[in-house]
Amino acid sequence: MAEGYGAPTQWQDDLYTLLRSNGVTLFCYVPDGGHRTLIDRSMADPEVISVPLTTEEEGVAMCAGCHLADARGVLLMQSSGVGNCVNMFALVQGGRFPFVTLVTMRGEFGEMNPWQIPMGRGVQPVVEAMGLHCLRAESPEDVVPTVQAALDMAYRSDQGVAVLLTQKLIGAKPF
Amino acid sequence: MDTDRPLDRRTAVPALVGDPSDLLVVCGLAGAAKDMAHLTGDGDNVYALAGAMGGATAMGLGLALSRPDRQVLVVTGDGELLMNVGTLATVGVMQPPNLSILCVDNGHYGETGYQPTHTQRGVDLEVIARGSAIPVTRSVSTPDEIAPAARLLREGNGPRFILLRVGIEPPPAVRRSLDAAERKTAFRAALRASRTADQASE
Repeated sequence: MAEGYGAPTQWQDDLYTLLRSNGVTLFCYVPDGGHRTLIDRSMADPEVISVPLTTEEEGVAMCAGCHLADARGVLLMQSSGVGNCVNMFALVQGGRFPFVTLVTMRGEFGEMNPWQIPMGRGVQPVVEAMGLHCLRAESPEDVVPTVQAALDMAYRSDQGVAVLLTQKLIGAKPF
Repeated sequence: MDTDRPLDRRTAVPALVGDPSDLLVVCGLAGAAKDMAHLTGDGDNVYALAGAMGGATAMGLGLALSRPDRQVLVVTGDGELLMNVGTLATVGVMQPPNLSILCVDNGHYGETGYQPTHTQRGVDLEVIARGSAIPVTRSVSTPDEIAPAARLLREGNGPRFILLRVGIEPPPAVRRSLDAAERKTAFRAALRASRTADQASE
């Protein structure tokens, strides 16, 4: 990638605009380079609540609490964070809470850190085993329609959906 | 009766919470859920977990941040809070003015056979809450400490944390719905109705 790993790209700005135009007002995150634009824009936006988490599972429960209040939240995390959420996904499935998480993938296409491989492989089976849908965005033009589909499935059909922002989309982190 | 823990949750929790009808309540699983289901008759202003251990405080935080016009109370146990004690730090960072956390600390995992928790072995959750930048914290161990703590619970200048140390008397026996989706729908409908009622009275 000419602009380098983790550099802001247009799809990230388009994604923020999409989330906001769909009424998302709570952004929960554990920081990740691939989510930098969303996190920075949420922090700068006086209309939204931007929440740094100590562990990703807090974000699952926070988004459910946000739905009790009739507001919309999104959880931003890296693939390793999915492993921290597994039992909390029971709340999403059992309560039929609308839930959208955007997962920046590590441990797949071109990964150079072997520690990332196990959870990278585990994300999709784990998410699906816990009753969430798993959608993948492989290219910049995939991102907006895929996340819109996730929002529709969540808020029209009371589903939990993980959108994987794949390593092919984001690029492998250089070491 | 445990001389270090003279309070019984069955009287101490109702005395501390008072009339819960104006509060939005999220409860951790097991004892705390039973305490509040008993107090409210499984009320629609209560969302009580029966799993998802460690999620109650975060769920209450999400609710409080999204409804700053309402007072939110999290009622949870020491075991549930210890499972995700980092959430206190997230509360400390966000400083929601409308969030109170009541931890009913009996020092035991009551649901699984009363094995001791870490609070029975020197861990002090009030100190952890204070260290997590929660500005108002209080421990309650005796009857005369209940009334001042009950006032703190409803003072809305910042997040508050109250550690209620109780004995190992069981929570009230109560039947409550364990249908997480049905309780969600009821909670949302009641909250929407209260908003409509507020608008009608303006």
